[in-house]
Amino acid sequence: MTQTLRPSRRNFIAGSAATAGALTFGFHIPALAADPKAATPEINAWVVVKPDETVVVRIARSEMGQGTLTGLAQLVAEELECDWNKVTTEYPTPGQNLARNRVWNNFSTGGSRGIRESQDYVRKGGAAARMMLVQAAADGWKVPVAECTVEKGVITHGASKRNTTYGKVAAAAAKLTPPTDIPLKDPKTWTIAGKPLKRLDTADKLTGKQIYGIDLKMPNMLNAAIKDCPVFGGKVKSFDAAKVEKMPGVKKVLQVGDSAVAVVAATWWQAKKALDALPIVWDEGPNATASSAAFAAVMKEGLDAPEAFVGNQVGDAKAAIAGAVKKVEAVYSTPHQNHATMEPMNATAIYTPEKCEVWTPTQNGEAALAAAAEASGLPPAKCDVYKLLLGGGFGRRGAVHDWVRQVVTIAKLMPGTPIKLIWSREEDMTHGRYHPVMQCKLVGGLDAQGNLVGMTMRLSGQSILAAVAPAALQNGKDPATFQGLNPPGPEASIGYTVPNLLIDHAMRNPHVPPGFWRGVNLNQNTIFLECFMDELANAAGQDPLEFRRKLMANSPKHLAVLNAVAEKAGWGKPAPAGVFRGLAQTMGFGSYVAACAEVSVSDKGALKIHRIVAATDPGHAVNPQQINAQVEGSFVYGLSAALYGECTVKNGRIEQENFDSYPVMHMEDMPVVETILMPSGGFWGGVGEPTIAVAAPAVLNAIYAATKVRIRQLPVKDQKLRTA
Amino acid sequence: MARLNINGKVHNVDVDPETPLLWVLREQVGLTGTKYGCGIAQCGACTVHIDGQATRSCAMPIAGLAEGAKIRTIEGLAGKGGELHPVQKAWAELDVPQCGYCQTGMIMATVALLDQNPTANDDDINTAITNICRCGTFNRVRAGIKLAAQNLKPAAAQPAKKRA
Repeated sequence: MTQTLRPSRRNFIAGSAATAGALTFGFHIPALAADPKAATPEINAWVVVKPDETVVVRIARSEMGQGTLTGLAQLVAEELECDWNKVTTEYPTPGQNLARNRVWNNFSTGGSRGIRESQDYVRKGGAAARMMLVQAAADGWKVPVAECTVEKGVITHGASKRNTTYGKVAAAAAKLTPPTDIPLKDPKTWTIAGKPLKRLDTADKLTGKQIYGIDLKMPNMLNAAIKDCPVFGGKVKSFDAAKVEKMPGVKKVLQVGDSAVAVVAATWWQAKKALDALPIVWDEGPNATASSAAFAAVMKEGLDAPEAFVGNQVGDAKAAIAGAVKKVEAVYSTPHQNHATMEPMNATAIYTPEKCEVWTPTQNGEAALAAAAEASGLPPAKCDVYKLLLGGGFGRRGAVHDWVRQVVTIAKLMPGTPIKLIWSREEDMTHGRYHPVMQCKLVGGLDAQGNLVGMTMRLSGQSILAAVAPAALQNGKDPATFQGLNPPGPEASIGYTVPNLLIDHAMRNPHVPPGFWRGVNLNQNTIFLECFMDELANAAGQDPLEFRRKLMANSPKHLAVLNAVAEKAGWGKPAPAGVFRGLAQTMGFGSYVAACAEVSVSDKGALKIHRIVAATDPGHAVNPQQINAQVEGSFVYGLSAALYGECTVKNGRIEQENFDSYPVMHMEDMPVVETILMPSGGFWGGVGEPTIAVAAPAVLNAIYAATKVRIRQLPVKDQKLRTA
Repeated sequence: MARLNINGKVHNVDVDPETPLLWVLREQVGLTGTKYGCGIAQCGACTVHIDGQATRSCAMPIAGLAEGAKIRTIEGLAGKGGELHPVQKAWAELDVPQCGYCQTGMIMATVALLDQNPTANDDDINTAITNICRCGTFNRVRAGIKLAAQNLKPAAAQPAKKRA
């Protein structure tokens, strides 16, 4: 079958079904479906039922591996009472959302919010569609709707022994007035949600058929490679296009904005080769001499600076510590980290004066649309973004769409020609939006019985919101900096009741741009607090678990997950010979998590992580096997950072350019992970991120137990774990 | 003009001989299941088989290929009629992929491993499978390798199944 597909100029639904279909055509263009006016009418924004009984569930959030697409479909299908085997999914576009008064609500897929923040309205979408479908059947039979039942998409009127199907009544249902009172099921009665169902998006990932953004191909498409100024804040001074314009395949050499140069060529490899050969002179600007060492000194000054934003204050911590029998003090630090998604940043764009269209993997289609509109100079109504499955997101593809601005800028200079921009790994590594850099000084006071009477925790370092969302600052304070350290409450609260407590933040922002990095500020805060809890317990001569428990009486959910890992790991019972245990717990993204790590350290200082027991209380669990996958994966992300991850700055630029200098975990490093999923009901927490925060401190505490070496400066990397 | 045998089919490609096989597969031949991850043979997302050997195609210029070398990509793994390879089946059964971007390389590396060492133990797996996965699927990958190895065993070597 050969058929040339052209990007539609109409509104259309970008769907996974359409994506698969497109593969059989001559060109790989996902997101092409028929005019919706000609297609099966939707029951509502969330549900389309086709005459063949296929149920199409619309998914507004992005799928990047975290399983949200399947989980959201489960929630809709649960209330819809349809046959799960007939469920397929599709993405509405942000342009459609805009045109329909944001009927799909928020597209943003970060902060582990994909399910927890949309569960209510997507379930109502499913339930409302079910009510309309059953109503349509009842109307057709002229019987009261209350006499009808439905199971797996088959509607039955028991009294007259008649039945029909969703597919048959869908057209009539679509014409009904939507209900306003939409009761939802008690999660205890769920049969689709809450079950460990297989993901809906696996098949094409096993055969190479899955089209990611980087794989997109369009008629007449050209490929672009780009270099942004290696020093953040620098600009292009000049470049000698003539040196590469004659190279094979090269079509254009152009400046992109103030700070970047791109080569557009027939193939990406040709574009990259020419770009590598292109002489570029940079104006490196005011940050040309910046370094990690210099900025570390700035943060160090902040540790004792008189001014700081207060995040959590109880009693008089400094007085309590001054009056304590024993004082414990420690300084920790965590470095910049790159997200390092496996699929580098990329996007494809077509610009004409009438329309700007972008195909890209994004965690936030609406933010990508805003970036496309801004870069194209067209109103958002004349732009649209077609999302593709992401080859990893981890926060990099959410808040800032720098690569979308770039590709639209290039496409605008070459109107009508589809331009695919792919960042090299080197570009991706050196132009990230990095996990903020932070130092932390903790001081604790113990009384004669070893009770913690006061604690101060001074954070000094980078604010994400100051750079990414300055409007969210509160009189200059970044409230997100205190993630996991907040006063008691439903989000990111500290699990310890300390009678005198002061947690504050001396904001110190380097020139390196920060971003939301999977786990965000919960990561470093949990490392600081949970390692220091171990230090306090040791100073008090107490067992780290018992020491924590005494402070957690007012935090039963925090305590429950901690107790669960301690029990399953066998805390207090002998570990295998040479193996030592460490604990950590935290609360963030709405969920309670804890971990117990088992490690050994050889005489020569080689670390082996044998086993991790991890517990999660997310309130409600929508797909237990995918939650387990997220928890396991969190240890890879969290421990890659703890063991190896570090982006350093020299001469204003990031030094690490690829996986050879920015190593990450491999199969051989991976411990056994035993997960305990213990949803206690009554709230909705996220699962993609919180566990990352306990990975590092559980392992660091276990390293201490094994060696009496306390790692306070991350990553562990080549620090000596044996002092002898 | 280079003559490449890819998945049993000969392709003539007109391309700079220094071009890495990865980009020839993706941009000249149109096989995009083989992924770009690092370009320096570190991550394994571009793993293909060359004469049965798992090879990182991003660092293999086509000029370096032996004449007649048989190249197999993820698209050539399924059997006739599209029946999935036992490794792909194991991956499906255990729901291994998360984002999936690294998984075609993981699967190709695994197939090569099990072809050469059908009884690969954990140490063999650790040595052979050095692909990077940022989502963190390693434990399911390991389970998938073991399940596939089990399913690849000749029928006679399989323990007798219990009768229901």
